[in-house]
Amino acid sequence: MFSFFGGIHPAAHKDSTHAKRIESAPIPHRVLIPFCQHTGIPSEPNIKVGDLVKVGTKIGEADGKISVPTHATISGKVTEIKEYPHPVMSQRVLTCVIESDGKDIWEESIKRNPIDFDTNTLINLIAEAGIVGLGGSAFPTHVKVAPLEEKPIETLIINCCECEPYLTADHQVILENAAEIIEGAKLIAKIINPKRIIIVIEENQPEAIAKMEQAITKYDNPISVITVKTKYPQGAEKQLIKTVLGIQVPSGGLPIDVKALVQNVQTCYAVYEAVTFHKPLVEKVITVTGQVKEPKNLRVRIGTPILDLVNFCGGYSEEPKKVILGGPMMGIAQFNDELPIIKSTLGVLILSDKDVKIFDEQPCIRCARCVNACPMNLLPCTINDFVRHKNLDRAQEYNLFDCIECGCCDYVCPSQIKLVHAFQFAKNEILLKVKQ
Amino acid sequence: MCSAVVALIPAIFGSIYFFDLRSLLLVVLSIVSALVSEAIYQKASGRKITITDGSAVITGIILVLILPPRVPLWLSLIGSAFAIVFAKQLFGGLGYNYVNPALAGWAFLRLIFPHHMTITTQTPTTVVNLLLGNTSGHLGEASLILLFIGAIYLIITKVIDYRIPISYLGTVMILALMLPTTTPPLFFLLSGNLFLGAFFIATDYVTTPVTKLGQWVFGIGCGILTIVIRTWISFSDGVCYSILLMNLLTPLIDRYTRPKVFGAGKNKIVTAHQ
Repeated sequence: MFSFFGGIHPAAHKDSTHAKRIESAPIPHRVLIPFCQHTGIPSEPNIKVGDLVKVGTKIGEADGKISVPTHATISGKVTEIKEYPHPVMSQRVLTCVIESDGKDIWEESIKRNPIDFDTNTLINLIAEAGIVGLGGSAFPTHVKVAPLEEKPIETLIINCCECEPYLTADHQVILENAAEIIEGAKLIAKIINPKRIIIVIEENQPEAIAKMEQAITKYDNPISVITVKTKYPQGAEKQLIKTVLGIQVPSGGLPIDVKALVQNVQTCYAVYEAVTFHKPLVEKVITVTGQVKEPKNLRVRIGTPILDLVNFCGGYSEEPKKVILGGPMMGIAQFNDELPIIKSTLGVLILSDKDVKIFDEQPCIRCARCVNACPMNLLPCTINDFVRHKNLDRAQEYNLFDCIECGCCDYVCPSQIKLVHAFQFAKNEILLKVKQ
Repeated sequence: MCSAVVALIPAIFGSIYFFDLRSLLLVVLSIVSALVSEAIYQKASGRKITITDGSAVITGIILVLILPPRVPLWLSLIGSAFAIVFAKQLFGGLGYNYVNPALAGWAFLRLIFPHHMTITTQTPTTVVNLLLGNTSGHLGEASLILLFIGAIYLIITKVIDYRIPISYLGTVMILALMLPTTTPPLFFLLSGNLFLGAFFIATDYVTTPVTKLGQWVFGIGCGILTIVIRTWISFSDGVCYSILLMNLLTPLIDRYTRPKVFGAGKNKIVTAHQ
C-alpha cells in the first residue's frame, strides 16, 4: 500500500511497556483540573471553593459550540479555583483543585443503561461527557461527529497508528478492549452513517491486528482492518487519509472535505463508555516510561499530578533531564513535575542525560534532508531562513501554516537547527499581530 | 563532511600513485592553506573558529583535484586561501556561499595565472586507461574507478542524492551521442574531470537546489553547459565553468521548482484568525 511522502523511522523504544497489562494508577490525593483541556473555548466553572464533588460531577459548563464540559475526576472537596500553569498552553489557565476524600464515590447517574438512542441523543451524550479527541488533538468530539448535510461522510477511519516512539497506551487498549472500541466506532457510525469503517493499524503491531480482526467478525457491515507501513507520522490525520484513501486533504481544509472522518481508538472507547454508562471523560490510558524504575501502561484519572504517576512507577531511575508530556517528537517538556495529566496527554516520558543532548545550532547547509522528510511537502530550510530574517510574509507564502509540527525536519537536520521552534514562534507572532 | 573526505581518500591515493608524491604535497598544502586562512579570517572578524567542521578540508582537496598536476606549489596555497576567504567567509561562512568555493578558487587562478593553469590537450586514450590510471589530465582524473568507489559509498550512505549525478552524466552522454564531433562519446564521459564534478562538486549541498525537481534541472543544465563549453570554447574548462554558472542559477531554480504543498494550498497570507 502506498504511504505518504516523507516521514522518518525513529527507533521505537516501545519494549519497556509493550503488551504490559494496563494497571489502574492509585487515586491521587489531589487533582488539578484545568477548565481548558481542549481546542476551543474553555468551560465555565459552575462550582465554588468548598463544594463537595463526586467522580463525574460536572464542574464546568461548555461555553459555546466549540467547547466541552469539565468533570471532577475524584471525589472530595474543591479547595481552589485559580489560575495555574498549564502543561500545554503557554499562559496560565483557570484550574480547579480537588482534594480527595479518600473514597472513590461516583455520581449515581453513571451506570449501564441498555436503551437504544437516536442520533441527537447520542451527540448530546458525547457532548455531556466532555469527550475530546484523545489522540492528541483534543477537539470536541461531539462537534466533529455532528453530521453536516452538505458534507456527508463516506469513510470512518479508526486510527490505531500510535506512531510516536515510546508510547504503547493505544496499543494496549486495543489488546484489552478491542470489542469496546468497535462498539464505540459503531456508535459514531450510527451518527454519521458512513459507507464503510476502516480500522488502520501499522504493520509492526501483529497482535493488535489480530485482536481487531477478531473483534469485527461478528459485524456484517462494511468494516475492515487494513495494515499500513510503519512510519512516523502515520497517525497524523492528513497523512493517514492519504495512505488509506489516496486523497490529500486540501490545505486549509478538513477531512470532512474529502468525505472522511478519523477517530482515535481511545476516543471510540470513551464514546462507548459515555453512551453505555453515561460516564463522562474522567480517566484515560497513558504510558509512563523512560527513566522510571517500572515503566507502565496506566489508567489514570485526569488531573493526576505527574509526580504521583512517576512514584507509582517506582520513581525516577535517573536524574530527569526532560519531563515530557507526550512522545519525544511532539510532546511538551514540562518545567514542573507537579502539573497534571489532562485529556490530551498521551504519556509521560522521562529522559535523562543519557537520552538527551542539547546541541548548538549550526548554520543551515541546505542539505535538503528536511525537504525529503516533510510529510506536508514543505521546504523547512527555506521557511526557517525567512523566519530567522523576520520575513514572516514570505514564510507564509511558503505555506508556514500547513506545517503540522510533527518534528520530522527537526529530527533529520544535521545542523541541529530548532526548526519546529522557529515555526511555532513565527505562527504565534503572526496570529498575535492579527489579533491586534 | 567527514564522509565526503573519507570518500575522496581513494581518489587521492590514486592520484598520488599515478602521478607522484608531489601531488600529495599539493593536497596537504591546499588543505593547510584553507584551514589557516579560515581560522585567521574568523579570528580577525571576531567569529567563532569553525575549522573543525571539515568543510575547509573538502574545499582544499577538491581544489587540488581540479588543478593541472604540474602547478607550482604556491599556486595551490593562493587558490585555496582565495577560495575560502573570498568565496565563502566573506559571504558569511558555511552555508552562505553562492558558489562552490573550490570552483571560485579555480576560476580565480584560471584568470590570474592562465599560463600555469593550461592543461595539455588530452589525447584520447583507451577506456581502460581512463578508468584505471590516467595521467594525461587533472589530478582528479587519475583513477576513475577509485573515484567511483568513493561516490557509490556516498550515495549508499545517503550523503549525496543520486539525482544530480545521474541527470548530469545522463545529459552529457545523450548530448555527446548526438553531437557531430570527432571525440568518442565515452571519452567525453570519462575525462575532463566530469566524474569528479558530477559526484563531488555538483552535489555540494550549499550551492545546489533543495527541491527534487530543482536538482534534476540543475544536473541537466550542468550537462548542457558542459557540452557547449567543451565543444566550442575549451575542453578542459567545461565541467568547472558549467557547475559554477549553474550554482549562480540555484536560487532561481529553487524558487520555480517549489513542490506543491500537501493539499495543494494557495499562498494566502493569513488575514483572519484561523
